[in-house]
Amino acid sequence: MLEIKNLSFAPEGDKQILKNISLTIPDGKLVVLTGPNGGGKTTLAKMIAGINMPTSGSLILDGVDITDKDPTERAKLGIGYAFQQPVRFKGFTVRDILNLANGKPLTEDQLDEVLLKVGLEPKAYKDRDVDTKLSGGEIKRIEIAGVLLRKSKLTVFDEPEAGIDLWSFNSLISVFEELRETREVTLVIISHQERILSIADEIMLIQDGRLGMKGPREIMYPLICGDGCESCPAMEEGDCYGRDN
Amino acid sequence: MEEIIRDQQAAGTAAESSVANAAADMAAKIFGGEAQPNAMAQAARVLKGAPEEAPAEQPAEPAKPVFEETPVDVDSVTAKLLETVANFNGTGFCGAFNIRSNGKSLGRQSTEHIHIDTKTDNPGLDIHIAPGTRGEEVYIPACVTKAGYDDLVYNDFFVGKDADVVIVAGCGIHTETGEPARHNGIHRFFLEEGARVLYVEKHVGTGAKGPKKVIDPQTECFLKDGAYLEMDTSQLGGVSSSVRKTRATLDGKSTLVIKERLLTDDDETAETFFEVELNGEGSSVNLMSRSVARGNSHQAYQSNIIGNTICYGHSECDAILAENGRVDAAPKLSANSEDAQLIHEAAIGKIAGEQIMKLRTLGLTEEEAEAAIINGFLK
Repeated sequence: MLEIKNLSFAPEGDKQILKNISLTIPDGKLVVLTGPNGGGKTTLAKMIAGINMPTSGSLILDGVDITDKDPTERAKLGIGYAFQQPVRFKGFTVRDILNLANGKPLTEDQLDEVLLKVGLEPKAYKDRDVDTKLSGGEIKRIEIAGVLLRKSKLTVFDEPEAGIDLWSFNSLISVFEELRETREVTLVIISHQERILSIADEIMLIQDGRLGMKGPREIMYPLICGDGCESCPAMEEGDCYGRDN
Repeated sequence: MEEIIRDQQAAGTAAESSVANAAADMAAKIFGGEAQPNAMAQAARVLKGAPEEAPAEQPAEPAKPVFEETPVDVDSVTAKLLETVANFNGTGFCGAFNIRSNGKSLGRQSTEHIHIDTKTDNPGLDIHIAPGTRGEEVYIPACVTKAGYDDLVYNDFFVGKDADVVIVAGCGIHTETGEPARHNGIHRFFLEEGARVLYVEKHVGTGAKGPKKVIDPQTECFLKDGAYLEMDTSQLGGVSSSVRKTRATLDGKSTLVIKERLLTDDDETAETFFEVELNGEGSSVNLMSRSVARGNSHQAYQSNIIGNTICYGHSECDAILAENGRVDAAPKLSANSEDAQLIHEAAIGKIAGEQIMKLRTLGLTEEEAEAAIINGFLK
């Protein structure tokens, strides 16, 4: 379980990006962080991975304070991170980067399997360079393959749908569903995509650097993607998952 | 023979061993890369508007000749250098070879198709590769292990029509005392029609840090119609100073590919000059230089691709800076024909922070991430 307590982030000389956010990511759940552009979602995701460090507040992973731990330590503690815009490397092949993600060299069968899982033909890709010659969709799939190999207990995906085609997107959804069903992993996905929201266990709305609404998909999805409060089942029970909840 | 080598290795100092291991590690990190099929002749054809050539029927590939190993008796330091620059297995070489150490030949062998002869006008060798020779390798490494020695050698390679061979050269310098040592290898390549050569040249310096270890290779290449020369050169570290000059003249539809990998550290300097003249219709050159400048080292890269006809030239110079390393790059393109298509790409900079961060999210430390990026870049 990841507990985020009173987290704030204000880069020096810049406006405050995160404002006293507190939330809990339960184990084994698929949690989607959504909200308007510029609301602080990616910053929050990077805080979880240790790429950005908070100005104040704390992060507790399974009872251990990880607030001051760097990205390497957090990776070793089981936090994975898939970049919104995957990084390209001159001289690294797909095989190289996936071997690094795996922590040891993959067998040919393992390499083929993970590439097929993200919809890439192994023969055509495993020895290609991870450089600018790969399209946005191709490199995104390789990024996802790396995350699958990491076998992290908590993985943050920053807008996994960005830059990929519909077919890739559908297979990505299958990957998330399979991950949730076959492994006891926690997935935190930053997304605006209705389809991703529809498979969430919990949805949290981040806007203007604050945690707005949060709740189970059954409540949140209609509010965000449906007819607002009119379609919210909580209304019938006199409950509300709005900002003040 | 194996016992002699083992005894000599056992007698080597711990310092020698550690330096040799470092060199071997460096070599393992940097070595690699195989000849790749070249698409530039096709690009030139497209540029010219010529119809696509139907693929010629390929004759059955003859079996690669197998040669018995010929023993070579060398000391442990030379053995380690040879291992680094010429894949020496510690006992001997197969096929055609000449081992040069401190200006003398420690062993030589010709084969039926490859003749290695001593030059009569200068120190060095004439290597004649018969037309149609296929699948053979020639090893021509040189070592300097004597402090104060200034080695100068002229090697000429005459590669017959339709031959297809691999030439492994390279130089290792090892000095322990304060005196400098130098190797100046002047190589000329004459490729006849349709000849194909993969030329692998590795340079390394080992031993005490103080003395200057200088390697100044000069290469001239003359390619006739349909010839293909791929030069895979790498400087593996420990060379105090190097000045590399490469000139090539391409006739007909010939192709030159140069892959240079360079790593400098401490106060080392490395200068590279390439000049390629494209005279043949459909000729092409691809220059790729990747380098890392660390410590207080300095590198200078200059290239000039001269297109005199319908031709294709591409040069790519990428450098990573670390610590106080400095790199100058001055690529030049000279188009003397409106049909010449010449391209240059260059990028110099430190390792991108996002690359380090990506690898850290995979569990690597900052130092491990930087090393992995540099190793991958120079691979």
